[in-house]
Amino acid sequence: MLTIAGRIFHSRLFGGTGKFSSPQVMKDALEASGCEMVTVALRRIDLKNPEDDIMSMLDRQRYLFLPNTSGARDANEAVRLAHLARASGGGNWLKLEVTPDPRTLLPDPVETLKAAEELVKDDFIVLPYINADPILALRLQDVGTAAIMPLGSPIGTNQGILTLPQIEIIIEQARVPVVVDAGLGAPSHVAQAMEIGADAVLVNTAIAVAGDPVKMARAFAQAVEAGRTAFESGLGKKSSRAEASSPQVGLEFLR
Amino acid sequence: MKIICNGEEQEVRTECTVSELIVSLGLKPETVVVECDAVILKLDEYPTRQLHEGSRLELIHFVGGG
Repeated sequence: MLTIAGRIFHSRLFGGTGKFSSPQVMKDALEASGCEMVTVALRRIDLKNPEDDIMSMLDRQRYLFLPNTSGARDANEAVRLAHLARASGGGNWLKLEVTPDPRTLLPDPVETLKAAEELVKDDFIVLPYINADPILALRLQDVGTAAIMPLGSPIGTNQGILTLPQIEIIIEQARVPVVVDAGLGAPSHVAQAMEIGADAVLVNTAIAVAGDPVKMARAFAQAVEAGRTAFESGLGKKSSRAEASSPQVGLEFLR
Repeated sequence: MKIICNGEEQEVRTECTVSELIVSLGLKPETVVVECDAVILKLDEYPTRQLHEGSRLELIHFVGGG
């Protein structure tokens, strides 16, 4: 079982709530995924066209809300969003993300560290979204973040884990859970993350935009299970040379 | 009197409270986070907090996100 900041999670798959075709599809897909923590975002209400309130679609007993600071371009904006999220009853868990460049949506390491330090002091449980930088991961743990969320590839790209060697170092050095986030586009990608020892994965786009999001959510849940079980079982060592699986003795009768 | 709500000018009655404004916009107070003149309000302040000429409000809510 996974524990983050003293809270136990039975599922190592965390879900996102964006990009679903309807609130009902979102609800059904999240249920099928078995996840227990979901990310949500904060936005200004469009007064001419108020959207459905997604809070009412999600059972707060079943899901822990992880409000994100998406849209923040610097530490100040992220801190402001964090306080708004807490005021709105979103709890004190926070996915800290600071993405100044809308083209790449890559996280700003300096502003993320700055905001993390301030928010931890302010009693937030901070899960920072970062590039897969092992030194930054250490610095964030030093200031007291509850987990580290390195990216596999840029948000919404479905490219899988392009940062594998760095994520392996982050996991090796981690004193808090490592949640691989962003870019995980297929069940094989999350299986890979779990096989190398990630504690959990966060998936939004790949499930939300699938032809059948409910079925895809199930596939991701199975892949997380498979990858985790493989990690716990201990994978065989990689070798550059072939090693026969069948005995190499007892072949005299052929020659 | 005039206030600025989510970037747009709105006409409200004098002594209008935050709760009244939210309800008049067809929203449920418990689903709305309010920042009034850069200060975040608590839900239990909505019924008593009165708006003033030129008050700047931000009405925020949770939406789907990753």
